[in-house]
Amino acid sequence: MTRIGVVVFPGSNCDRDTLRGLELAGAEAVALWHEVADLDGVSAVVLPGGFAYGDYLRAGVIARFSPVMRSVAAFAADGGLVLGICNGFQVLAEAGLVPGALLRNRGLRFLGRDVRIVAERLDTPFTREVPDRHPLRMPIAHGEGCYYADEESLSALEAEGRVLFRYADGHAAWTGDAESNPNGSLRGIAGVLNAAGNVAGLMPHPERASEAILGSDDGMLILRSLVASAAERTAGMPAVVGAS
Amino acid sequence: MSSGAAATNGGAFRFAVNVTPKPGILDPQGRAVEASLGHLDVHGVTDVRVGRRVELTVTAGSEAEARATVDRLASELLANPLIEAYAVELLGGVAQLEAAR
Repeated sequence: MTRIGVVVFPGSNCDRDTLRGLELAGAEAVALWHEVADLDGVSAVVLPGGFAYGDYLRAGVIARFSPVMRSVAAFAADGGLVLGICNGFQVLAEAGLVPGALLRNRGLRFLGRDVRIVAERLDTPFTREVPDRHPLRMPIAHGEGCYYADEESLSALEAEGRVLFRYADGHAAWTGDAESNPNGSLRGIAGVLNAAGNVAGLMPHPERASEAILGSDDGMLILRSLVASAAERTAGMPAVVGAS
Repeated sequence: MSSGAAATNGGAFRFAVNVTPKPGILDPQGRAVEASLGHLDVHGVTDVRVGRRVELTVTAGSEAEARATVDRLASELLANPLIEAYAVELLGGVAQLEAAR
């Protein structure tokens, strides 16, 4: 069975949901404590949502310097699959493992509500099970989710196919309005890839949309993509698709 | 203060690092403060930017060495250079600051 690690920082609060979501997707999900540098032989790592280290200073920045993150950075540099969700995305951005930064939401408020996102790339380890132009409904729960990079970087990300998800309406169209993009993310970006295509960050929570009883199981498409990709890696098959 | 003796001798130095959003970065907190000014009947105040100030004491062999440590901390930890600018300010040698109290 494919083993996938979920990092637990002091202040993580979606770790158990993420462990369960990964198990539903067919993985052996194990918790990785932030003070332990050993990744326990996992074939993918998920950084879950929450408020690592209380979000002190800036969301994600203190977590970046934890022992486990040094190992995660080495794992990522080696081509290992890493997915950061919400606070996990903030940690990856602070660590420079994915481009950009997450700023305070445009309206200053913490936002907890459902959004829809559409995958821009379907040939990645994180989206291979996602249907084309299919709006995925899942919740956001964040105070700092406004994606920012300078104009030049944003255009480069788009040209390189590194925008993984955008906020969209129910018809899979990016409207750019406050209803579909409530945190004010530049160009409606909800998720991005690193240059090598093996590290992804996204703000909405797939693990909170992993069973019909939760109102949506669209998040399973992402978790199943990750588990399938990690399984191939374990079997020695290539799973990393370079950003075109 | 004049850095005087502190500049050549080692010791404990007190610094402040002022972190502000870079120009062009949307600062919703600054906007919110600005929006409240009308309620105070204050007019003519613009471009409010909200940042943070971090004060710290560094013990080092010289002022230059202490400043290098603060610069490193500021760029790697206290500020995110993508979105924030910072300015390092030497408040003084700790012994002098305490003597002046």
